[in-house]
Amino acid sequence: MLIKKPSDVKSSEITPENIYRNRREFMKETAALALGGSLLGGASPVLAQDGDALKARAPEALRLAAPAPWWESKFADIAPAPDQEPFFTGETLTPYRDVTRYNNFYEFGMDKSDPSSRSGSFKTDPWAVEISGEVAKPGTYDLEDILGPMQFEERVYRLRCVEAWSMVIPWIGFPLVDLIKRFEPTSKAKFVEFETLVDPDTMPGVNSRFAIVDWPYREGLRIDEATHPLTFMAVGLYGSYLPAQNGAPMRLVVPWKYGFKSIKSIVRINLRETMPNTTWNDLQSNEYGFYANVNPTVHHPRWRQDMERRLPQTLFSRQYIETRLFNGYADQVESLYSGMDLAANY
Amino acid sequence: MSKWLKPAVFLLALVPLALMLIQILQNNLGPDPAQELAKVTGEWTIRFLLLVLALTPLRHLTGITQFARHRRMLGLFALFYATIHLLVWMSFLLSFRWLAIGEELTERPYITIGFVAYVILLALGVTSPKAMVRRLGNNWKKLHQLVYIAGILAVVHLLWILRTDVWEAVVYGSVLAMLLGFRFIRYLYRHRS
Repeated sequence: MLIKKPSDVKSSEITPENIYRNRREFMKETAALALGGSLLGGASPVLAQDGDALKARAPEALRLAAPAPWWESKFADIAPAPDQEPFFTGETLTPYRDVTRYNNFYEFGMDKSDPSSRSGSFKTDPWAVEISGEVAKPGTYDLEDILGPMQFEERVYRLRCVEAWSMVIPWIGFPLVDLIKRFEPTSKAKFVEFETLVDPDTMPGVNSRFAIVDWPYREGLRIDEATHPLTFMAVGLYGSYLPAQNGAPMRLVVPWKYGFKSIKSIVRINLRETMPNTTWNDLQSNEYGFYANVNPTVHHPRWRQDMERRLPQTLFSRQYIETRLFNGYADQVESLYSGMDLAANY
Repeated sequence: MSKWLKPAVFLLALVPLALMLIQILQNNLGPDPAQELAKVTGEWTIRFLLLVLALTPLRHLTGITQFARHRRMLGLFALFYATIHLLVWMSFLLSFRWLAIGEELTERPYITIGFVAYVILLALGVTSPKAMVRRLGNNWKKLHQLVYIAGILAVVHLLWILRTDVWEAVVYGSVLAMLLGFRFIRYLYRHRS
């Protein structure tokens, strides 16, 4: 369960020099890429801004305003990501523009561009989160009270979607375990269940007659997964507040599982003794299991999982890379599943 | 008028390709262009198939024989877009990993039926020249009735790959059901009297 100390990490697992790039090199390359893109009439420049200790900042013009004044002071004090795995990866970041415009968030619509283009009226203030079930301190809390005591930090994680594409994203947030501890789980708390907001007025996708999701979107983790040091609650990305399409104001990030486990815009956290139902498992249990651990040897019934398209791609400079067991976090999480048949418990 | 109609239809049928090329050159297909191209080429294949299948009912309903004269060309365009679709899938999505391609073709039913639909379209394309029509005689018509099967397989192929939002496939499926239903009812009607 304990995360490995840097000294325990085998040298072969440390990102090789040639892949690892420091921030300045990354920025230079992004600048060149962006220039190339605009010459072709494509993307506007996407640059991580320099000037502070964080690994990456959203382009100034695209940064969001704080949902409420208290957010500003919380974001003034963020611990930068370390320089080493697993809380950081030296792989090239997916530009802010792509991270915020290519999303699966069916509450806003089915197309990848719907969540960014159809979430304009979505409000994250006020926001309340219900903490319920097997905890000593259940209740409905204002988000300000939930986030107030948390120390924000930056983490650069790989995100692998079950659809065989992936991104590298610099998140801002805090370990989920630090939050769960505050509400004092009882000995019966074996699983954690999460729920996304359903608001037909600001989420046009929930009204779609053809969406077969039974709202609200629900996800769950085993308690040892939920309290694992890698499991992260994100409230921002690229040093800035989380956009609606990325799960504002607070979303889960479980980097060794397929993206659909990382539930967005959370309004309820329920600790329970039995395994909760989860949305995709309910929809298609032969395709989406409860665990949904990234595994290149266990294919989705309809497509392969052994390779992934690292985004952004262009047709002629494609990054088509091998998918790693547990999305490259095997050293940290493999022990959670010892003795388990990963093909049967997909 | 009719002298210009064929070239006009030909150019119109190339518009989707032109739009795709423009988007490729502008790098404007989004961060996952391979997926997008596969989607768009697949959609145009189905649209051309439905268009071809609509020509005969349109001729019967309107009495305008002109419709039937575009069947071969539009059918060949369906094959054309299907070929790009297949190539995009093999190259950009599977990087010509032949072992993986073989596994996908045999182990994933939705890919198998998509490929069967493609083989049918290919066979129809190869036998579309006038010389082939003459050589095959009566069998030509029987062979080309396989286009109904190709249409059904193509729509099922699309329905099968979707994750949740089925409206587009439902629209295509409904149009296909109407076009095939029209033929079926007409067949019953003619054989009763």
